[in-house]
Amino acid sequence: MAILRRLARRDLPEIPFRLNGVACTGRSGDTVLTAILTQTDRLRLSDFSQTPRAGFCQMGACQDCWVLAADGRRLRACSTPLEPGMDLFTAMEPTS
Amino acid sequence: MRKPLRPLIVGAGPAGIRAAEALADAGIRPILVDEASLGGGQIYRQRLVPDERTPQDLYGSEARKATALHATLSRLADRIDYLPQALVWNIRRDVADVAVGGRTRPIRFSHLILATGATDRVLPLPGWTMPGVFTLGGAQISLKSQGCSIGERAVFLGSGPLLYLVAWQYMKAGARIAAVLDTAPLAAKFHLLRGLPLQPGIVLRGFRYAAELMARGVQVRFGVEPVRIEGGSRVTGLVWRERGRERHVACDAVGYGLALRSETQLADLAGCRFVFDERDRAWRPDHDKAGRSGTPGIYLAGDGARIAGADAAELAGERAALALLEDAGFPVDGAHVDRLERRLAAIHRFRTILERAFPFPRDWADRLADNVVLCRCEEVSVGQVRAAAQDLGVTELNRLKALTRVGMGRCQGRMCGSAAAEILASASGGSPEAVGRLRAQAPIKPLPLDIVSEGEAA
Amino acid sequence: MSPLLAKDVAIIGGGLVGSSAALALRRMGMSVVLLDKGFCGAQASGVNYGGVRRQGRPPEQIPLSQRAHTIWPRLKEIIGIDGEFLRSGHLKLARTEADMASLEAYAARVAALGLGLELMGHNTLRERFPWIADDVVGASLCPGDGHANPRLVSAAFAHAARKAGAQVLEHTPVTHVEKTADHFRLLAGAETEIKARFVINSAGAWAGTFAERFGEPVPLSRIYPSMIVTEPLAPVMSVNIGAEGGGIYARQVERGNCIVGGVRGEPLDDPDFSRPTGSGAIAIMNRAAALFPPLRNACAIRFWSGTEGEMADRNPVIGFSRTTPGLLHAFGFSGAGFQIAPGVGEVLAELVRDGDSSTPLQAFSIDRFARTNQGSGAGVVTEPPKRETSA
Repeated sequence: MAILRRLARRDLPEIPFRLNGVACTGRSGDTVLTAILTQTDRLRLSDFSQTPRAGFCQMGACQDCWVLAADGRRLRACSTPLEPGMDLFTAMEPTS
Repeated sequence: MRKPLRPLIVGAGPAGIRAAEALADAGIRPILVDEASLGGGQIYRQRLVPDERTPQDLYGSEARKATALHATLSRLADRIDYLPQALVWNIRRDVADVAVGGRTRPIRFSHLILATGATDRVLPLPGWTMPGVFTLGGAQISLKSQGCSIGERAVFLGSGPLLYLVAWQYMKAGARIAAVLDTAPLAAKFHLLRGLPLQPGIVLRGFRYAAELMARGVQVRFGVEPVRIEGGSRVTGLVWRERGRERHVACDAVGYGLALRSETQLADLAGCRFVFDERDRAWRPDHDKAGRSGTPGIYLAGDGARIAGADAAELAGERAALALLEDAGFPVDGAHVDRLERRLAAIHRFRTILERAFPFPRDWADRLADNVVLCRCEEVSVGQVRAAAQDLGVTELNRLKALTRVGMGRCQGRMCGSAAAEILASASGGSPEAVGRLRAQAPIKPLPLDIVSEGEAA
Repeated sequence: MSPLLAKDVAIIGGGLVGSSAALALRRMGMSVVLLDKGFCGAQASGVNYGGVRRQGRPPEQIPLSQRAHTIWPRLKEIIGIDGEFLRSGHLKLARTEADMASLEAYAARVAALGLGLELMGHNTLRERFPWIADDVVGASLCPGDGHANPRLVSAAFAHAARKAGAQVLEHTPVTHVEKTADHFRLLAGAETEIKARFVINSAGAWAGTFAERFGEPVPLSRIYPSMIVTEPLAPVMSVNIGAEGGGIYARQVERGNCIVGGVRGEPLDDPDFSRPTGSGAIAIMNRAAALFPPLRNACAIRFWSGTEGEMADRNPVIGFSRTTPGLLHAFGFSGAGFQIAPGVGEVLAELVRDGDSSTPLQAFSIDRFARTNQGSGAGVVTEPPKRETSA
């Protein structure tokens, strides 16, 4: 279930991306945080207790919104614009 | 004989933009660096793409100021070196390390204006790390920049004018609000009447926001002591105490914040002296009324220097730039400078009144149970801090960090530093001032290991 | 009213050496005052890399290192915490054939000293440690070595010394020390006066002043080893890594963060403090990304550096003063003090009690500088070879 609710920008162009292997869409102008949290209820699991986190400050300060891209890069979701074709995961990096 | 001026301004919010403008108008070409892709800072944060909403929808009563600021930055484009999406992650003497994308390079400067802004100041409460809990600033950004409510039914909690502003903005945008919970007592609001002559617009708007929320049927409560946020993997409700009675409201999101805290890591790395501000109960970089830091060539402006709001930030940005010009031997309009300083002084007087109307909840930290998470990043509990004070005799924040890991995580103590100081002070019998402040360490935000190092640009 | 403390031993410098000496002396029943100008263990002892290794030390350090080696697994019993000590093994990489030859030569030199070194070539290295880049020629593994958390260990030794009855005075710099007919007189802090039969100079990067005070200046200079730490990561590095020829050392802690060092920082305006250079930190980050490919996307979240004393010949000074009976020195660990410090503490206690120690210390005698005619005056002499090795 999504956390965020769209009140505006509902008619903007869709942007396709993948989340945890599933095809999703966001909207033009979404940050990665918005795109993910309008789909689901977490961005990551905390490092030590593995409890779900979904960001906090939305301004790049709390560092609680890092998500993983398929190529292993980390993205700070609240400050990264959503781009078409992003392949994202809401988990820690896979053990190598 | 003037040395070549190459000022670096960090932050393209109200303070940074006005500083850049003042320097450009004097024929100087500053470098303006900002982490965001578009200028405006947080309060005047821009959408990433245009949408159906008007500036009034986004910025309310401040729409004219916001659009003027954005337009100023656009107009400055060919007179300054504007570097958006750039993170200043380290600074020393006359060099800043700046990362853009996967690359970093040193940028040399002759003068520095730090206009780094602020974030919400929070204290932990049970459940605060759950999905659906955001800061007030975060809730505002979600709405303003992203057009999203933080939930179906949000509670806004905390204190300060931002509490009412954000709740009202949500109401106007059509969101459902479960409650507005003010930790300050209703009686404290009477202080605002003394603020009327100083900032009538702000005071009257504040009363109007509260009145319209109530008229819309939103419950607005005062003297609230938050007890816990309920839920498991996400928020389901909030419990608080009011006049001794426990109350509950169902909700799926919480926006909360108690005040703002200045972003001071670069001021620290640049070697600025810090002072403890009794009014804001926080350490901040020391500066005179012009924004001079005490270190030649370094100036501070806006909320990153001292919390005073966007109007003050614009004035302070311009004033700091003028101070830089004065110090560099340029002629400056003395009467204009006096006007800026008088307006700033009036705003600071108002801020003192605001602090009385929305006092910091000094007993919040002591009420926290040991098992509440204090440091979100490292998942260190309140109890671990108390134990360090008791068992290891810790009385100082950096020592606390070394021994308990509080503040060692990715956010470097931004979210927990304030709370850690309150709890350590309480547990060690000292004051929040006596426990000191967390020393900043580069990089001030995380950098990828494979970041590419470039040489200095011309 | 100025306090006058009369103690058997006054220890100048509450880092790991001074604190472990204080604890050992208390166990022998001697009265101790431990003094530090700041918090105990806040300088090099608390901010070093955290390597707990014998491998790579010059042979003359091995007996002392072996002595310390028996202490690390017993930390919980000695100081109440295990200090996050992990017997992970220490793997020293050879990036070139010449490096490999050096590793082989070292292994031969110390063969009889009980380190249990295992040399391995490229193929074995790739099999056992696939997370290390493919262009490494070989390595030498010391399975009994490991790493620990210096912030916790150093502070815990001071805390244990206090609990054992040592008087620990933090934020109390020693401003004056002199030897009278039969005892030492020290002034410290605002108004503390101390009378002691013995003084231990374990003042780290600041020890040179005290040595000089007693007429035995030494070639001690300051270095600022700096470190970067990553965010917490899934387990990758199964062993504490070093490199022949220096330049990088790296370890992963149980919580998952990787700590990487190998460059030097620069002093601040106050030369008691330092910080990494931006370029140095990026360099070590890039080196780590290249050497440990699974780490390349990880983020660094913090840099730091510490102030360390380095001797011109990279061996510490440990032992009795050559000018002043009752004065002992233990400083100048040159970036390699962490592992041996608990052993040095015990040795210092033995020297105080017995006038001698079972562990050979001749190589660390302060005498060696007087003999070689170095170190007149200010105590800062030749530039040591530019080689960054870990603690």
